[in-house]
Amino acid sequence: MRAIVGLGLLLSIAAATAPVHAADVTLLNVSYDPTRELYKDLDAAFAAQWKAKSGDTVTINQSHGGSGKQARSVIDGLEADVVTLALAYDIDEIADKAKLLPATWQKRLPNNSTPYYSTIVFLVRKGNPKGIHDWNDLVKDGVGVITPNPKSSGGARWNYLAAWGYATKTLGAAKAKDFVTKLYHNVPVLDSGARGSTTTFVERGQGDVLLAWENEAYLATHEAGGDKFEIVTPSVSILAEPPVAVVDKNVEKHGTAKVAEAFLRYLYTPAAQEIIAKDFYRPRDPAVAAKYAGAFKNLQLFTIDRNFGGWTKAQTAHFADGGLFDQIFEAAKR
Amino acid sequence: MIVLLPLSAIFIKTAGLGWREFVAVALSRRALAAYRLSFGAAALAAAINAVFGLLVAWVLVRYDFAGKRVVSALVDLPFALPTAVAGIALTALYAPNGWIGSLLPFKVAFEPVGVVVALTFIGLPFVVRTVEPVLADLGADVEEAAASLGAGRWTTFRRVVLPAVLPALVTGFALAFARGVGEYGSVIFIAGNLPFRSEIAPLLIVQQLEQYNYRGATAIAATMLTASFAILVAINLLQAWDRRKMAAL
Repeated sequence: MRAIVGLGLLLSIAAATAPVHAADVTLLNVSYDPTRELYKDLDAAFAAQWKAKSGDTVTINQSHGGSGKQARSVIDGLEADVVTLALAYDIDEIADKAKLLPATWQKRLPNNSTPYYSTIVFLVRKGNPKGIHDWNDLVKDGVGVITPNPKSSGGARWNYLAAWGYATKTLGAAKAKDFVTKLYHNVPVLDSGARGSTTTFVERGQGDVLLAWENEAYLATHEAGGDKFEIVTPSVSILAEPPVAVVDKNVEKHGTAKVAEAFLRYLYTPAAQEIIAKDFYRPRDPAVAAKYAGAFKNLQLFTIDRNFGGWTKAQTAHFADGGLFDQIFEAAKR
Repeated sequence: MIVLLPLSAIFIKTAGLGWREFVAVALSRRALAAYRLSFGAAALAAAINAVFGLLVAWVLVRYDFAGKRVVSALVDLPFALPTAVAGIALTALYAPNGWIGSLLPFKVAFEPVGVVVALTFIGLPFVVRTVEPVLADLGADVEEAAASLGAGRWTTFRRVVLPAVLPALVTGFALAFARGVGEYGSVIFIAGNLPFRSEIAPLLIVQQLEQYNYRGATAIAATMLTASFAILVAINLLQAWDRRKMAAL
C-alpha cells in the first residue's frame, strides 16, 4: 500500500511540475485519508466553475494518506499548493518546521479555516447488542472498544479528546484521567491509523464499538449496505475541525496563488457546501445546514480551543512522550 | 555510499540528542518492551524457519515430484509480495473470524504470536535459498556413502549433512532474523499494537515521527541498529569459529 501511495505521490509531483499551456493550471491538494470521495466531487465541481469563470482549465491532483504523514511529506519537500488535513496541529507544524506559510494561517479563512466539520460518534453492530448509548457505556466490563493509537494517528486524537471532554464535563476534571484509562483498558487492538481500525472492526469482527469520525461512520454504513452496523450519537462530543490552507511558498513558486485561494474560498459556497453535506461532512453554510438538518443528529459539541487550550497545549499535555496518554499505559503495566 | 550514507545520517541525527533525552526515548520501559518483542519474535521466527526451511530445501534438492517448479516459485513469493499485502492476508486468515483463526482454540492475530507468524512467513525464503545450493553441492552420493558404511538416517543427517550445511543455515537464520527485526508492513496489521504487549519497535519509530520528533525516531533506530549489528557480528564470529573447528578436523 505504501508503494502505491508513493507511486501516487510521484505521479502527482510529475503532473504538478510538468510544463503546461498558458491556460492550464494544476494544483496539488495534499489531504488525509477519508476525504478521497469528498475531494473527487469538489475538485470536479470547482474545475467546471473555474472554467466558466476564467476560461482556464484547472486540474487538481490529490494526494491522500495519514494526516501526520502527509504533513511530513510537505515539510520534507512535497510541493502542495493547498493542504486539507485532519487537524490544525499538522498545518501548524508545516508553518513552524518548514516556514511555508505564516503561523497565523488559521485566521485567514472563515470558521477557523474549516469549511466543513464533523464529530466523533460510535459505530456499533446491528441491534446494538451491548446497549451502547453514551460514553459511559464504553468503560463497562466486557465492552471492546476499537480506536487507533492517538500517538500515530492524528484523527484518533479527536477520539481520545472527545472521551476526555465527556469525562471532564460529566464527572469533573479530576476523574477524567481515570475514565479515559478505563476506556483504553477496553481496547483490544490499537491500530496505527483510522482506516486500520475500521478494517479491524468491520472486516475482522473485533470489538463491540468503533470510535469514528461521523463522516467515516456514515461511509462505512453505506458501503456495508446499512444492515450490519448502526451509528450511535453520544450526548456530547468534540467539534472536529479539519482545516484547509494555501501553502504560500509553494503557490508563489508555482504561480498558482490566485487559483489556490479561489479553490479554498469555493469550498464555502452553497454549491460546495451541498457536496460536502452529501459526502457526510457537516456544512458551515446555515441554509445548507438547515436543508440537511435531518441527516445529522443534534448533539452538544465542545471545542479543542476552549476545553484543551488549543492543539499545541493538548499535544504537549496528552500525546507527547511521557504525556497523559503514555501514563495511561504505564499505569496499566504496573 | 548508498548503504553507509543513510546509516551515518541516523547516528549524526541521534548525536544531536542529549544523553538524558536519548535514554528517555530509546531506553524507556515501553521501548524496552518493544525491543524484546521485535528481537524475540524475529529470533523465534528465524529458528522456526531454520528447521522448516532446511526441510523444504532438502525436499526441493533431493526429490523430483510433479509441481516441483511451482513449489520452488512459491518459496520466493514472500520476497515478491508487498509486505502490507502479506500482512492483510495473514490477518484475514488468522483473525478470530478468519479461516484458520476460527479453528484455533487460542488467539493468533492481534497477539504477540501473530507477530511470529508474520515474521515466519516473510523469513522462509532466506533460509531455503541459502541452504539449497549447499545441499545440491553436497550430492546424494555422500549420504549414500554414509548409509553404506552403516550409518542410520539420523546419524547421517547429524554427522554428515548438518555439519556441511550449518554455515549456510546460520547465514539463512541471520538473514531471516535481520529482516524480521525491522519488518513493519506485514506485522502492523496482525499485531494488536498494544503498548507493552504487542507493540513492535518499528512502530515506536513511526510514532516518534508522527510527533515530528525526528531525533527521537533516530534514537530508537540507532539503538536497534546497534543491537542488530552486535547480534550479526556474534553470528559471524560463531561461524568463523565453526569453520576453524571444521578445518582442524
